[in-house]
Amino acid sequence: MGEFFRVLTDNGQLFVDGFTNTVKLFLIAAVGSLVLGTLLGAMRVSPVPALRAFGATYVNLVRNTPLTLVFAFLVFAVPKLDVNIDYFPSAAIALTVYTSAFVCEVIRSGVNTVAAGQAEAARALGMTFGQVLTLIVLPQALRAMVPPMMSVFIAMLKNTTIAAGFSVLEAGAIPAYMAERGEPQFAVLLWITIGFLILILPLVALQRFLERKWRVAR
Amino acid sequence: MTTGEPLIVLDAVNKWFGPLHVLDDVSLSVGRGEVVVVIGPSGSGKSTLCRAINRLEPINSGTITFDGQPLPAEGKPLARLRSEVGMVFQSFNLFAHKTILENVTLGPIKVRKEKPSVARERGLALLDRVGIANQADKFPAQLSGGQQQRAAIARALAMQPKAMLFDEPTSALDPEMVGEVLDVMTSLAGDGMTMVVVTHEMGFARHAANRVIFMADGKLVEDASPAEFFANPRSERAKDFLSKILTH
Repeated sequence: MGEFFRVLTDNGQLFVDGFTNTVKLFLIAAVGSLVLGTLLGAMRVSPVPALRAFGATYVNLVRNTPLTLVFAFLVFAVPKLDVNIDYFPSAAIALTVYTSAFVCEVIRSGVNTVAAGQAEAARALGMTFGQVLTLIVLPQALRAMVPPMMSVFIAMLKNTTIAAGFSVLEAGAIPAYMAERGEPQFAVLLWITIGFLILILPLVALQRFLERKWRVAR
Repeated sequence: MTTGEPLIVLDAVNKWFGPLHVLDDVSLSVGRGEVVVVIGPSGSGKSTLCRAINRLEPINSGTITFDGQPLPAEGKPLARLRSEVGMVFQSFNLFAHKTILENVTLGPIKVRKEKPSVARERGLALLDRVGIANQADKFPAQLSGGQQQRAAIARALAMQPKAMLFDEPTSALDPEMVGEVLDVMTSLAGDGMTMVVVTHEMGFARHAANRVIFMADGKLVEDASPAEFFANPRSERAKDFLSKILTH
């Protein structure tokens, strides 16, 4: 047991650096994919066929691609076009691009839970598409979006570990360093597991909070 | 009753839902201040006709003119036109996440950019007019169907529309609530509002309408005053329809 704690205390800085980068990656990609995903979701429910087609193509292209491939494109293929992005921003972009497709579908399914008559009444009052979406449909759709959206973000938090394979020092990269230092892998992996469980707790709490907040919003 | 050029003009309007010809060469004009009741069997195209006037249903051919202007195809001009035409739906469609007062003031504030205090004052006056001022701070789901529909009428009136469209406004109501909604509509007609009303309420058609339109199979079959239509329907379809609904 003492050995188990020693693994953490002897290598504290590595754990701190790793998980700090994990959290940074997560926060940047969460904001990015929420913005991009909402835009894509708005396209998919818009009255303009070209925008709908673009949204659908994006989702079908990106959602059906392994995340590792998206990373590889940004880290290995994009520099060939003489566009040089550092490893960390590349990882953030890859996660954002990938997660946006899932966020888009959560938004779209949430929008579909709102009765069509709500949007129709809003249009009949003379609201623009943007007003119909932001004033009438999205506020009512949020409630239905919370659980699947949290699943998407929890999955995204875990997906950050793929960045380790592309030269980003985040939590997923810790085991390789520790192996070099000769630390027992069993203890190392357990500590990383505990780290992720702790990171996910606030997300679960946020989900419970939002579900309660919006429970009787009608 | 009718003054100057007509407010709503439909000219040779056609619409198909796939193979179904829901509006078959329909021409109709509605004068300012006129109350036109559209009746007919279900599936006759009367709701589609009503929804085509503010382009909730786009048409395939023909023209629709409102207040001298052809209906805009989309975008801001269409939104502006819709803001001048009030619409009341069969299923009320009040915004479920907003209070009754917010439902009534949202359009004026967000679409017309009115000051909230001005919109609120008019909203409360309208809720008072339709008899539900004491429900202003409740949510739609807390009201009866009749109260919800009266709130929906107030919401449409808050935009100070040039015309009001009613798409079967009493069809989803319990029988004891039909009267309170029809009373509001009758008083509106009395005030000179231009109205197109799709309904099965023959009593309302008799006493509040200036004209009755009878539709069947997407065609406009008869266009007459209520007295004439109910006493002497000319077509077999209208005679058949009236015999079925008036014998009960």
